Amino acid sequence: MGALAVQTYDLGVRFGDFQALYGINLEIPQGSFVAIVGPNGAGKSTLLKVLLGLDPGNLRDGEARLVGRAEVFGQAPKALPASWVGYVPQVKSFDRSFPALALEVVVSGLRRAWPFSIGPREREVALAALAQVGAAHLAERPLGRLSGGELQRVYLARSLVRQPKLLMLDEPATGVDVVGEADLYRHLEAYQRQSGATILMITHDWEAASHHASHVLLLNRTVIAFDPPGLALRHECLSRAFGHVGHAHDAPVIR
Amino acid sequence: MLEALQLPFIQRALIAGVLVGAIASYLGVFIVQRRLSFLGDGLAHAAFAGVALGLLLGTQPVYVAVPFAVAVALAITWVRERTSLGEDTTIGVFFAFSVALGVLLMSMRQGYTADALSYIFGSILTVTWPDLWAVVLLGVLMFLLLPLWGRWAYATFERELALADRLPVLRQDYLLAALIAVVTVMSVKVVGIVLIAAFLVIPAATSRMLSPTFARMTLWAVLIGVMTSLLGLFLSYYLDTPSGATIVLIQVALFLLALLLRQK
Repeated sequence: MGALAVQTYDLGVRFGDFQALYGINLEIPQGSFVAIVGPNGAGKSTLLKVLLGLDPGNLRDGEARLVGRAEVFGQAPKALPASWVGYVPQVKSFDRSFPALALEVVVSGLRRAWPFSIGPREREVALAALAQVGAAHLAERPLGRLSGGELQRVYLARSLVRQPKLLMLDEPATGVDVVGEADLYRHLEAYQRQSGATILMITHDWEAASHHASHVLLLNRTVIAFDPPGLALRHECLSRAFGHVGHAHDAPVIR
Repeated sequence: MLEALQLPFIQRALIAGVLVGAIASYLGVFIVQRRLSFLGDGLAHAAFAGVALGLLLGTQPVYVAVPFAVAVALAITWVRERTSLGEDTTIGVFFAFSVALGVLLMSMRQGYTADALSYIFGSILTVTWPDLWAVVLLGVLMFLLLPLWGRWAYATFERELALADRLPVLRQDYLLAALIAVVTVMSVKVVGIVLIAAFLVIPAATSRMLSPTFARMTLWAVLIGVMTSLLGLFLSYYLDTPSGATIVLIQVALFLLALLLRQK
């Protein structure tokens, strides 16, 4: 087995009385394209945020506790250079009321601060990243005038502009039409071919996941399966992950 | 007009007005985009309690009000970070506490309370040298903190991305809250307690409607804050109207104009 991008040791996260994640042991090889699949409240976003190196207190409002350990490229997520990781948050969390041009959003990914003005070099790099995802024409457009799919692409460009070794996306296909989704996979695969980066992507679409991903991580507060798509998406694994009515009540879901 | 400029109290009022207008509007852009308008309200009332305490102790009220308001600002931020109570609820509790404390302290004070009214509605006649020095000091501090604009703006834009990029977002929250508290107290003499929240928010809200970028929003807000303070102070002197109300009414007029001119 080659080098690992992500490794976790009995990782768990607790929000007050609610065990959001427990006993997560993962070994994700570098260069893999992992689709993270699971029901709502399965801890998918929480897992990504832990790998981003967010402190437990920032995972969600209120008290949170982290047990176990996660490593990204052999280091604690917080110790990793921020530029190694690209992150695309959920589209529903995007704030479109902020006065910004698409180009500024991309430059913020480069600078890790908001640009007061943009130099010629930065402009060039940011435009190239936008062009990479077919959004060069959106550069001077205000955020408030972008559609969901367009906004998604700008955020993707923002995450790619720093040439990350690990790219994490939280439901990037939600709110995007079928053509947009196909485009998204095309851009991700092109970037992966060019860079050898590892991609972790939360998705609700198993069908697409099975076509594009090298691995599927079935998650329901713990790892149900982490295998190539054909194995992970078998009926028994899916029913264990998504449960049926009788099953879902076993777990104390206090939210 | 020129003879008025030679009066020391007018000079003090103008310098304080311009500086406070600039600083309040600068912080205002973060208040507006972070949806913290109510924090300004809460802190204005903390300033009221602080001023009441200062008057009771017989010191320069600003010396007592600044630490008091900063303490309330930090406490609001702390409770907000540590609990799942909403921003508005947390501020509401401290708001009520401050008003109750302020009223209690005012009632304990013997004798004449006319000076207290100048704090509530603002009065350019009453800007003292210690008031002015405090404002100048804050101006210098804000100038030194200008390089942080990019990081504050980034965390304002998308908190989670800033956190993922290892920005000290929590520390920023505390620092911003404390600065808003200080500028609130400094603005008391110029605009008065009841209007500070508007004074903090309206220039930024106006420039938000006219600006496609956050950088321009910031510049326009500061410009609007300075110009309306100047104009309002002059008008209030010549028309003999309360300075705070005059300034805020001019700001609202500009806001309405921007509303008509705004780009979609």
